[in-house]
Amino acid sequence: MLELAIKGGKTYWGWILSLLTIIGIAFIVYLWQLDFGLGITGMSRDVSWGFYIAQFTFLVGVAAGGVMVVLPYYLHDYKAFGRITILGEFLAIAAVVMCLLFIIVDLGQPMRALNVILYPTPGSVLFWDMIVLNVYLLLNVVVGWNVIEAERNNIGYPGWIKVLAIFSIIWAPAIHTVTAFLYCGLPGRGFWLTAILAPRFLASAFAAGPALLILLCLIIRRVTNFDPGREQIQSLAKIVTYAIIINVFFFLCEVFVVFYSRIPSHMDHIKYLFFGLHGHNALVPWMWTSMLFMVTSIILLVNPVTRKNEKVLAFTCVILFIGTWIDKGMGMISGGFVPNPLHHVVEYAPTLPEIIITLGVWATGFLVLTILFKIAVTVKEEVSGV
Amino acid sequence: MKNSRRSFLKLAGISALGLGAKPVLNAFASSDEHGPEIFPNQEALTAKRWAMVIDTRKFESEEDFEPIVAACHKIHNVPKLKEKRHKIDWIWIDDFKHVFTYQEHEFLDDRVKHLPFLVLCNHCEKPACVRACPTRATFKREDGIVLMDFHRCIGCRFCMAACPYGSRSFNFRDPRPFVEEENKEFPTRMKGVVEKCNFCAERLAVGKMPACVEASNGAIVVGDLHDPDSNVRDLLKNNYTIRRKPYLGAGPAIYYIV
Repeated sequence: MLELAIKGGKTYWGWILSLLTIIGIAFIVYLWQLDFGLGITGMSRDVSWGFYIAQFTFLVGVAAGGVMVVLPYYLHDYKAFGRITILGEFLAIAAVVMCLLFIIVDLGQPMRALNVILYPTPGSVLFWDMIVLNVYLLLNVVVGWNVIEAERNNIGYPGWIKVLAIFSIIWAPAIHTVTAFLYCGLPGRGFWLTAILAPRFLASAFAAGPALLILLCLIIRRVTNFDPGREQIQSLAKIVTYAIIINVFFFLCEVFVVFYSRIPSHMDHIKYLFFGLHGHNALVPWMWTSMLFMVTSIILLVNPVTRKNEKVLAFTCVILFIGTWIDKGMGMISGGFVPNPLHHVVEYAPTLPEIIITLGVWATGFLVLTILFKIAVTVKEEVSGV
Repeated sequence: MKNSRRSFLKLAGISALGLGAKPVLNAFASSDEHGPEIFPNQEALTAKRWAMVIDTRKFESEEDFEPIVAACHKIHNVPKLKEKRHKIDWIWIDDFKHVFTYQEHEFLDDRVKHLPFLVLCNHCEKPACVRACPTRATFKREDGIVLMDFHRCIGCRFCMAACPYGSRSFNFRDPRPFVEEENKEFPTRMKGVVEKCNFCAERLAVGKMPACVEASNGAIVVGDLHDPDSNVRDLLKNNYTIRRKPYLGAGPAIYYIV
């Protein structure tokens, strides 16, 4: 089926080429990082994880979010989603690929990455994260590929695929839970040390993932002959609505606990993010933008008039995606490290090379996504005979 | 075609068998022949549980700490990096309110308020860094010293996020050009790995006291926490001591007499 990915028009190849260009430039910058060390990034002794790990965290969410189309179809027999489950699975593949790449580019000694397997350490959450992410990738590759192949050949997919699909539904929350456990099990970091972290991660994942999927569906309808369907998009929008409300609610629960108890080691991080601490306030405008975007998207999603208008819905999904990205992709990691364990406020900002490498990984993800979606959509077009 | 496939499979099968059997053969081989025997150094300083007591009353100003920090960093080839982001510290000084976070108050006496305190790895009883490390590149020895294997570390920095004391540094760039005077007795590090205080394990092994202890004029004492007659136990019995963030339950082995 891969041959379907090399038959495309000018726009398709133009898009592929521009992605490859970004990847190429980023790869050169990565070679520089490999040579010099992680010192070309903005990370420091105090903020020892930065943009890379933040993107990783956010994208684990997007990957897990793919399950929101798979679950209703396989568990509740919601037929409408049968049309787009493949999109959810392929989005998950692209997102996990990005996650793994972000981990690799963040390692100080990437050539030793396999030490994680060579010296397996079940006590380390990172060991489990490696396992859950790779298994999730494998599950989605096997399920996605077999389903689309069966569709192309006009036959039903084999029974064991359904078993794997249901397994992947259980697995999706697991990947984001384990990722949250990376942070919330650490004793000295008040911002992360909260049991609501994993639920919060999941809620934001189930908002951001399907929101991106809605946008992708709208793009597919515009640039191909396959229409993912109005009902499908509206059902996804309802899922996004509940998820983003729960996400903001969980955040407010955290705010209550932290500020009513008034325990400084927990308060100071949120103070830093939203108001600045000891004169340091680089993230303040970002965090309020994030809040504004998330709350606005709730208003636009709850109101059926605005939700049913696909133009408004597209706008809503864009700001929701950006809002959750700032919340998790910027604030969540920096927020945990500032102030540091000795209560010094050392701020972090990504450097240009760091941003280029980050864009390169995103471009790689979108390249994978484009190829997979191209295959899926071409099969759908073939089958429906348009 | 068929023939070559068969012979390939045969060859592959034999190879697999060979690879599978190698560990078994190794086990037999090692029981037969005598490998190099390792004798412990008779002069080595040992303890059931190493601990350190820092008598902060014996320090007056920042200058008193300089020789201590310098001795440690020199012996361990700790680079002097100009860029603040890339800084590497094994032992350093900071104010009371930063060392003992959330324990300061407005009316703290002037001596404690303005006196710098030494900060280093706490060699915890339950080290969060060891638990977090995905490759066991950082590990706790039986005598309580938390060590790093610089050659196994993949540079994921999970240990740095886990350490509640900010005691770990990362080599953001090649440290070797920034080592002023290389001590050939101790390894230099490469870029991309984490490092920290090692309680001078390499010195204890040859019967020497840790570098900071030697440079402290008796203000820093190390000894066996499990030996009731040890010098540290004596100090702990006769003085009120505090530890950093005891409420986290990590069980730091560095005690401060204030």
